Amino acid sequence: MTLNTFINRLVLIVFVFGLSNGVIASDHGEEGKEEKEFNLPEFAKHHIKDSYGYHLLGEGEDAITLPLPIILWTDKGLVVFSSSEFHHDHHGHHVVEKNGMKFVNFHEKVYQLKDGESHLKTKMNKESGQLEVANAVRPLDFSITKNVFTLFVLAVLILLIFISVAKSYKKNDKAPKGLAGWMEPLVVFVRDDIAIPNIGKSKYAKFMPYLLTVFFFIWIGNLLGLIPLISSPNLTGSISVALTLALFTLVIQLINANRGFWSHIFMPPGMPKILWIILIPIEFLGIFIKAAALTIRLFANISAGHIIVISLIGIIFIKQSVAWAGLSVPMTLFISALELLVAALQAYIFTMLSALFIGQAVDDHH
Amino acid sequence: MDLVLPSIGLMFWTTLVFAILLFLLAKFAWKPILGAVKAREEKINNALEAAEKAQKDMQELQSKNEDLLKEARAERDAMLKESKEAATRLIEEAKSKSKQEAAKIIEDARSSIELEKSAAIAELKSQVASISLEIAERILEGELASDAKQKALADKLAEDINLN
Repeated sequence: MTLNTFINRLVLIVFVFGLSNGVIASDHGEEGKEEKEFNLPEFAKHHIKDSYGYHLLGEGEDAITLPLPIILWTDKGLVVFSSSEFHHDHHGHHVVEKNGMKFVNFHEKVYQLKDGESHLKTKMNKESGQLEVANAVRPLDFSITKNVFTLFVLAVLILLIFISVAKSYKKNDKAPKGLAGWMEPLVVFVRDDIAIPNIGKSKYAKFMPYLLTVFFFIWIGNLLGLIPLISSPNLTGSISVALTLALFTLVIQLINANRGFWSHIFMPPGMPKILWIILIPIEFLGIFIKAAALTIRLFANISAGHIIVISLIGIIFIKQSVAWAGLSVPMTLFISALELLVAALQAYIFTMLSALFIGQAVDDHH
Repeated sequence: MDLVLPSIGLMFWTTLVFAILLFLLAKFAWKPILGAVKAREEKINNALEAAEKAQKDMQELQSKNEDLLKEARAERDAMLKESKEAATRLIEEAKSKSKQEAAKIIEDARSSIELEKSAAIAELKSQVASISLEIAERILEGELASDAKQKALADKLAEDINLN
């Protein structure tokens, strides 16, 4: 991915988010009114965000949604109930009572009402122009959300694929056939073009399981997000998932870092001692900035892809004319095809940079 | 804004699921797959090396055969040459021997001729001598038939001796 396309995408995200924030704010200015007009930015934003149910079809009360369990850790212990108990409400109107506690779903976040409150009250934050919750708190939320559910599906899918591939090698020691024939070139690609060049021939083997897992996790996760009829879950485009994966890389990098790596950071060689005052903090922060860059790159690229697709489809609904499909559908097709490439590319870049960072940490600094 | 704020729940589940996935895949997928790929690569490399070696052996054998053939050819040539030389030498020897023999025969012939000749001469001489004796006998018989004639001869001989 070139820097240019990356910047273009960031600009697009900023543009869409900026727009959405403005529109949402104005919506809530006239509170209670049902939204009639199609609001693309809010729709796009809603789409790429996580939610408590797995929405499949329809709108509002008629929506067909796969209910998922909500798991909360409150000050009175664990609370578990189905997301269907909110009855598709995510405006904080419907109150669910469990163990004497009251919960509401406000913008796909569960809030626990403070004692004695019967319904959610919101207030406008004058500075940010956003609506804030006034009389409720967020309990620790371990719910099986749409993304967590997709995460389980993804994990099972990857296990099924690769354990069956692994089994096929037991029966067949000749050229790989079937699924193994598709997956083996990718496995060999990760080994020969990602791990060995970046980590080195003597040390790469230890990190192969992580690099392979993260490569296929991101790639297949990205592909799951491109399947339209299953509501295009934006798993790998979620900042939580991207950050977790980047933290895995960071932890593996730091655990395996050798003396040479640390001495490069805390005693930069070939530099006058006076410059160390500046260099050491920069080098040290660099470790974490690299992880942050990994996070943002994956999150921004995949989310941007989802936003572009939903925006192009959205043209039809904004213009309220099927004729626009003539423009919107070919463009969506084009972007979707491009996203197939991006799905693989982002998996490659994440894995490659992870290998690079690990390689720097374990390298014998001569 | 909450789009770019990570959620604890999702991070918790991701960490848990990813760690389990990593463990299970490492044990049941990556190890056998990478092992099989490596084993096959080694097998292919070995097979290629073996094929290369076989080719080399073949070439060596071929060059050996050629050498053998060359040697045989050279030997044959040498033998031919030798036999030719032997033949010429034999012929030469035979020639010189026959020449010598001929010369010897001639020599022998010549010497035997000489011998015969000298024998013949000797015979001739002896015969001439005997004939001369006979003649001389007969002359002496006539000359010495009377006393006068004997006296005349004795005188003549005595005269010859005086003259000397």
